[in-house]
Amino acid sequence: MQLWQENRNMKHLWLNAYADIVESLRARWFIIYTAIFGGLVVLLFAYGLAESRIMGFTGLSRLLLTYIQLTMAILPIFVLITTVRSVAGDREAGVFEYLLALPTTLSAWYWGKMLGRFLMVFMPVFLAMVGAIIWGVIKGAEMPWRMMVYYTGLLMVLAWCFLGIGMLISTLARSSDVAQGAAFVVWLTLLLFLDLILLGIMIQEQLPAGSAVAIALANPMQVFRTASMMLFDPQLVLLGPSAYVILDNFGQAGYILYALLYPLLLGTLCAFGGYQVFRRTDLP
Amino acid sequence: MIQFENLVKRFRRNQVLRGVDLTIERGDRVALVGSNGAGKTTLIRCLLGEYTCEGRVSVDGMDPRQQRRAVLAKVGFVPQLPPPLKMPVRQLVRFAASLCAADPLRMEAVAKRLGLDVERFRSQPFVKLSGGQKQKLLIAIALGRDSELLVLDEPAANLDPEARHIFFQLLAEKRETAAMLISSHRLDEVAALVNRVVEMDQGSVVLDDRVADLVDLSSRLRCRIRLNQREGAFANAIGDWSFRGSEDGLLWEGEVAGPDRLRFLGLLTRYAALLAAIELHEAEKPNRSGSPADG
Repeated sequence: MQLWQENRNMKHLWLNAYADIVESLRARWFIIYTAIFGGLVVLLFAYGLAESRIMGFTGLSRLLLTYIQLTMAILPIFVLITTVRSVAGDREAGVFEYLLALPTTLSAWYWGKMLGRFLMVFMPVFLAMVGAIIWGVIKGAEMPWRMMVYYTGLLMVLAWCFLGIGMLISTLARSSDVAQGAAFVVWLTLLLFLDLILLGIMIQEQLPAGSAVAIALANPMQVFRTASMMLFDPQLVLLGPSAYVILDNFGQAGYILYALLYPLLLGTLCAFGGYQVFRRTDLP
Repeated sequence: MIQFENLVKRFRRNQVLRGVDLTIERGDRVALVGSNGAGKTTLIRCLLGEYTCEGRVSVDGMDPRQQRRAVLAKVGFVPQLPPPLKMPVRQLVRFAASLCAADPLRMEAVAKRLGLDVERFRSQPFVKLSGGQKQKLLIAIALGRDSELLVLDEPAANLDPEARHIFFQLLAEKRETAAMLISSHRLDEVAALVNRVVEMDQGSVVLDDRVADLVDLSSRLRCRIRLNQREGAFANAIGDWSFRGSEDGLLWEGEVAGPDRLRFLGLLTRYAALLAAIELHEAEKPNRSGSPADG
């Protein structure tokens, strides 16, 4: 009996994920989102980035490096805004009222939505990257397998992390305007605490090094930035003195592992927090 | 079947439901009426387990919030405003049917009876359908399965007269097996459909009354109207009821669904000065013998 119920729950989860995918495929945000990442790759090729060289990187590695840096700038805010806009917007427009009157559990509905949305935000970014690699290989460039696998992992956890934050904001905010405002503030705060901006000023103002590193390690955008940097700058020379703290405490492999696990955990915790709020409060 | 006990709902300081006590049994067809802000939609959302509330709501002894799947499996719901779903029509039917463990073909058959061919609109996003088509599809999803409780929020507002008649027939088919809660802010819209009227005002039940259950939900009335002068506005209004007019625009004939008679007479009162004669006869049912009776 319990197994049958679990199977049905799982089936409902996939059904809800599928429904969200079908809805997203026809949504304007998804078309713009896909066009941005697809267009980005086309632009990188068009400007001959695969042929240029920087810090010893050339061909596809050079292209991926630029792509991942640009993705880091675009993906978090895009995922946050589109998630809160569509989730809070659906609630306001009466989509929740209708769909949640169908016999499905709240867990299957919420996590199904999260799963469907994750595929929709991850796939365009991933497919644009894969498309770039296929095109590069056709053109005779060498395939950077290690980089490809690592960046795929980073993109997955980055998308998951900001999706989880977005879902939490969507469940806390009761209107799409408030949700969008909150999402923007969260993104701006994380952006300001990158090492180049507020964190740099705080260090100048004698903030203890441990605190600065702790802030940097807690900021998923900084974690992602440092991790993506690590592949072409293993000693993190670009980071300055804080690199010593990171490398001494984690080592390169340890930090890469941290960069994959921390955003995953943060996103899951936020999504779980969002679920707890969702199941305890008014749904529509 | 449904029990509301001292139900209270607050939105911050605003108390929307003020200790509602109400019991609805199987076979009850309840018109839930009241002006805007009376608390009808809030009550429905509490019943569907969508709102947290104080007090107790139960459907066959189950809490709609805690045992939502078991409760909602019994409920067919038609909202007042169709959700702006971008999902194609056929996918929506399949999706709803899968969640409800129902047969999508049965839902499609109900839609067809209401005049909506799902096959024809299968790839069209739900949101792109007309208001009436959306309403028909939502009704088909609610009625095209074994629901024991129908919760209908202004369900027939966007339907054409023929679809209204079929809709009333569909309700008639469910009358023995299901309870119905039909919300409307106008009693004349739903009066003939129900055997009980519950009126709400400012979050409380102010009237709970049984009404005569004399109207056959599947009946039709043949109607003939003679005017004392031609009038364009009347022609437009009666045209919406699919009436046919004579060439001089003075004589109009058509059919009205039995439960719609009050609503129809409400329309005629607006043109009372134009009316020279009205005849209403209950149309003979194909499977029933006997002469038509005057309405």
